Amino acid sequence: MSLWVDKYRPTTLAKLDYHLEQAEDLKNMVQKRDFPHLLVHGPPGAGKKTRILCILRELYGSAAERLKVENMQFETASKKKLEILTISSNYHTEVNPSDAGIHDRIVVMELIKATAQTHHIDVGQKEFKVILLSNVDQLTRDAQHALRRTMEKYISTCRLILCANSTSRVLPAIRSRCVRIRVPAPTGSEIKNILHSICKREGLHLPDEFANRVIEASGRNLRRAILMLEACKVEQCPFTADQKITEPDYQVYIRNTANMMVSEQSPKVLLEVRNRFYDLLTRAIPCDLIFRGLLKECIKNCDDQLKREIIGIASEYQHRMIRGSKPIFHLEAFAACYMAIYKKYIESSLEGFM
Amino acid sequence: MHAFLKTGKLGAPTDVKKPSTSRAKDDKKDLTPWVEKYRPKNVDDIVEQTEVVNVIRQAMKHGDFPNMLFYGPPGTGKTSIIHAAARQMFGSMYKDRILELNASDDRGIQVVREKIKSFALRKANPIGPDGKKCPPFKIIILDEADSMTGAAQTALRRIMEKEAHSTRFCLVCNYLSRIIKPIASRCTKFRFKPLSDEKSISRLEYICNEENLKADRSVLEKIVEASGGDLRQAVMCLQSITRLKGKNYEITVDDALDVIGLIPDEKINALWEACKKGNYSNVETLLENLLLEGYPGSQVIEQLNEKVIFSDELSDKQKVIIGDMLGECDYKLTEGSDEYLQLLSIFSTILIAWKSS
Ligand SMILES: Nc1ncnc2c1ncn2[C@@H]1O[C@H](COP(=O)(O)OP(=O)(O)O)[C@@H](O)[C@H]1O
Ligand SMILES: [Mg+2]
Repeated sequence: MSLWVDKYRPTTLAKLDYHLEQAEDLKNMVQKRDFPHLLVHGPPGAGKKTRILCILRELYGSAAERLKVENMQFETASKKKLEILTISSNYHTEVNPSDAGIHDRIVVMELIKATAQTHHIDVGQKEFKVILLSNVDQLTRDAQHALRRTMEKYISTCRLILCANSTSRVLPAIRSRCVRIRVPAPTGSEIKNILHSICKREGLHLPDEFANRVIEASGRNLRRAILMLEACKVEQCPFTADQKITEPDYQVYIRNTANMMVSEQSPKVLLEVRNRFYDLLTRAIPCDLIFRGLLKECIKNCDDQLKREIIGIASEYQHRMIRGSKPIFHLEAFAACYMAIYKKYIESSLEGFM
Repeated sequence: MHAFLKTGKLGAPTDVKKPSTSRAKDDKKDLTPWVEKYRPKNVDDIVEQTEVVNVIRQAMKHGDFPNMLFYGPPGTGKTSIIHAAARQMFGSMYKDRILELNASDDRGIQVVREKIKSFALRKANPIGPDGKKCPPFKIIILDEADSMTGAAQTALRRIMEKEAHSTRFCLVCNYLSRIIKPIASRCTKFRFKPLSDEKSISRLEYICNEENLKADRSVLEKIVEASGGDLRQAVMCLQSITRLKGKNYEITVDDALDVIGLIPDEKINALWEACKKGNYSNVETLLENLLLEGYPGSQVIEQLNEKVIFSDELSDKQKVIIGDMLGECDYKLTEGSDEYLQLLSIFSTILIAWKSS
């Protein structure tokens, strides 16, 4: 039994539920013979991957859905062996280059060259194969530099579909070699339609009020909305309007951590908070989510000047975290810094009363 | 290897030069992206970069080249000009006389020593097989040279000296600062300017004409304006729209906006107004929504920058404060920082800046 997110994933461009005009445009593009490199970007859970799979299916028919998972071997310049997981059909290969860490350049280049070389194997009506690179916003500079000319050189046999959350970190030279496809998060009402249609096919009744709350909690992330809905079903079915929604527990945990920082500023709390950060990190919660979650709670009761100050330190420490090696240091530094500033603020406003 | 040979050492398919009769080749032509299809084949087709073009023309007349270093932003004709010049100069010998190495090739010291050296040692006959005269040297093109390691560049420097009699080097890069001094000082340096709007528009008009495309001048202006002097991007954009919308379609400004990735003015203005009114929670919501729409942070910064610079409401002092923050956050974004945090940092700065007026 597969999860609803997979079970109800549309497989053709015609079946996509929202951004219909874009789907139409994509269809148009696939039918032209000169399919370009694509750079698909948008927030998490907006349906980028689904759209890409639909494009592949449109290009190559159902054969693009017969997938095999393979570990591919690569060798670095210093003769170090790398094994990277790839998912491929006869016509395309998907890989997440950031799996290779700093060796991503080798993976990307080898893959493109290998794909271009096996080109004479009959590819049916299409002259090219597709390489799908996910998380390109995490590609190293080195790999991005290498992509520049390669994308031009091998274009007759190999097209790239690049997938990223944001294009800010993608070099301009690469951006200008792709057609950029922006996939916005679906709106609340679009998510609602999808939730309703899933429930209908599952033979479930979906109370409107309950649906609204799921959508609210999902933050316009369609994947999260469907996952939450399914989780709710496991807890209580049939659905009721006032049913409890199982929020991802890390969100609650981050919020509570922030509240501890707001209610008391002392070395003791700092120590407790630190342990909670460790907890979050060992559960592989993305650090930027932790920062965002903390910040949101921390600045709730501040005036604008103080908000500005705290946002400033959050963005500074988050940046340091990216550059540095151990996230915990920077989370802790943020917590300590915040507490110091906030304590001073509280004390000075109390003085005003006396 | 098959595919590699087919495209040759050079990105542009060489068979575009002469009109071909075979159907297969025509098909091929359909398939080439316009950026390649309309890559200048002749030095005279290069627009704008008059200084370089003049020097190269002179050099071709005399049949000799200095070592050259081209630098400048993407899509300004650097790669195109050197290939076009080589093709004109060497004619049919073209493929034997150039070696192109770019960032996708392994260019560690080992390769520099072996590949470049062995190519440099090859003889360059002053007379081609067809009996025509052919300049007696070879060109090594190091495209995207800014991504070569310092060690490899140092190794290169020695080869450049030793092989000076028979080999010319042409280094192409985006950032001059990444080329080590000893190499830079051995080359004649040419800066490639971003193309002017006028020249870019006329190039796009030419392409529209060739492709039987209907596009209003205002649309072309918008495309060019957004591409910031990068002609590759402008050409790419024009083709993207045609690909997405079909050929017998009159391109509108809205289509162009979307493909270029510009954020509609009203969205930026809404955030601006919220800052001006000092409504923080509004700023937060608007920003969240903007990112959910999938607009990249770097684009937000770019458009804000325009707005700040040309604003006549802000005092110079306020502009300085905001501009400083824009720069800092732009840098942090390219390093991979969280978009939401960085943009929030900018907008909260703008909000405070308004308050202090
Ligand atoms: N000065 C120019 N004149 C004519 N076309 C140009 C010029 N600059 C760029 N182009 C167009 O942009 C494309 C990319 O140019 P290229 O020379 O590869 O840029 P880069 O400077 O990044 O090497 C070319 O195929 C051509 O269509
Ligand atoms: Mg180039």
